Amino acid sequence: MLEVKNLNVHYGVIHALKDISLKVEQGEIVTLIGANGAGKTTTLRTISGLIKPTSGQIILEGQDITALSAPQRVERNLSQVPEGRRIFPAMTVLENLELGAFLRNDKAEIKKDMAHIYELFPILGNRKRQTAGTLSGGEQQMLAMGRALMSRPRILLLDEPSMGLAPLLVREIFEIIKSINQTGTTILLVEQNASMALSIANRAYVIETGTIVISGTGEELAKSNKIQQAYLGGE
Amino acid sequence: MDQFLQQMVNGISLGSIYALIALGYTMVYGIIKLINFAHGDVYMIGAYVGFAATTYAQLGFFAAMVISMVSCALLGIIIERIAYKPLRTSTRIAVLITAIGVSLLLEYVMMFFVGAEVKSYPQLLSQKVFNFGAVQINMQQIYIIATAVALMVLLQYIVHRTKTGKAMRAVSIDPDAAQLMGIKVDRTISITFAIGSAFAGAAGVLVGIYYNSINPLMGIMPGLKAFVAAVFGGIGSIPGAMIGGLSIGVLETLVSGYGNSMYRDAAVFAFLIIILILKPTGLLGKNTREKV
Ligand SMILES: Nc1ncnc2c1ncn2[C@@H]1O[C@H](COP(=O)(O)OP(=O)(O)O)[C@@H](O)[C@H]1O
Ligand SMILES: [Mg+2]
Repeated sequence: MLEVKNLNVHYGVIHALKDISLKVEQGEIVTLIGANGAGKTTTLRTISGLIKPTSGQIILEGQDITALSAPQRVERNLSQVPEGRRIFPAMTVLENLELGAFLRNDKAEIKKDMAHIYELFPILGNRKRQTAGTLSGGEQQMLAMGRALMSRPRILLLDEPSMGLAPLLVREIFEIIKSINQTGTTILLVEQNASMALSIANRAYVIETGTIVISGTGEELAKSNKIQQAYLGGE
Repeated sequence: MDQFLQQMVNGISLGSIYALIALGYTMVYGIIKLINFAHGDVYMIGAYVGFAATTYAQLGFFAAMVISMVSCALLGIIIERIAYKPLRTSTRIAVLITAIGVSLLLEYVMMFFVGAEVKSYPQLLSQKVFNFGAVQINMQQIYIIATAVALMVLLQYIVHRTKTGKAMRAVSIDPDAAQLMGIKVDRTISITFAIGSAFAGAAGVLVGIYYNSINPLMGIMPGLKAFVAAVFGGIGSIPGAMIGGLSIGVLETLVSGYGNSMYRDAAVFAFLIIILILKPTGLLGKNTREKV
């Protein structure tokens, strides 16, 4: 589905991603975990086309998309829920969701999807005329996810959806991620909350200072001593 | 009282023109955080295009208006592409200085081609004057106010009801997030320049008709005043630019009418200073933190 090959990204002289390679198969949930500053957000932003890599390739459904702009990648059904949600605070919940469907023209289907989003996140339905900036953190996360789903992604990239949320809410968000995946959307999930991420992931990669250091199935990594010590707070 | 009402009518006519120009400042600022100092000169070019359309091509009011708006829209797009787009990642001061350069370029290129002397518009509208008691409204004023209202309603419609308008708002809030929606940022910025410049073009024709005289430096003062209007309303805010434009027009007319017309311009800038002290973000401006 998605393959990243030998990706290098620089911010000026900072070498933020060093030869990163990873693969996400159709239907999987793959997680990329790592500490703050490891390069997770940079990886997702490069896959989405917001950052141009210095070298490397991004292959989506067999096609090289490295040269495509971010909007062109959305057109190919790749969608991202960015770090910090990045909803449009001055616009209403409804307008935010409409923007998610910006590239679509199938009005009837958009309406159907909107109804589906309100089913998935009932709170958004209740608040649709409210400006998005007035929502709580958890509600904003739901809006950001709903907005991304409105583009009908075949692959969804999520950047720390649990950030700043209460544990109960984190659980809820992860349940929703699982259900989105079950309806056929492939998922690449970036997290600092390793235990939650590993619990729902088929496979996982660990990133440290711009390099992938370990990869394996979710279960393998959850059991690994090294991961226990570094990311799961184990002894 | 009658005199006051008369001043209000005159002020609202003038203010409608300022509002049309102010909208361009505020829209461009909203989307790329640039004070486009060449905007007043786009308005001047609009006045000349209208002049050419009516004098040489002998077209009427509406045709001249449309031609001027379309020409200015293209000019706005070209200015953005050539002068500002290459500086998208440069410091704001570099872009600002470029804008001043573009302004001077337009003024003096125009002077080279049409000469520095004042030209006068042919009479396009009837000289009819309507009397409401002692208050007079002439045909030009009716056209000015009607055109401004129609364009502002159209703008509100575009910004709030169309996809393009939503894209413009999204890009002005968060360009990266907008791209993740599939919005083309460069295209959206071009459209914003086109609309803002078209409005300036409309204002240029209206002023040509109202004051019946145009010259290559005519954009400087109204440009500055429209900028003051945009700041007063809260730069970045579309309703703010409308209210700001009308307020500055009325203020200026009242100062001329009751005080001394010599102090008219000084009053506008004194007003700006007071606003900036009392409410730095303007009337409807948001307290946005500067993005780094
Ligand atoms: N815009 C930027 N300019 C310069 N350095 C950056 C920028 N964004 C991120 N970095 C640096 O790149 C590295 C990776 O950052 P990031 O991808 O945000 O990490 P993570 O998402 O894993 O916390 C960090 O060292 C960070 O300081
Ligand atoms: Mg991050």
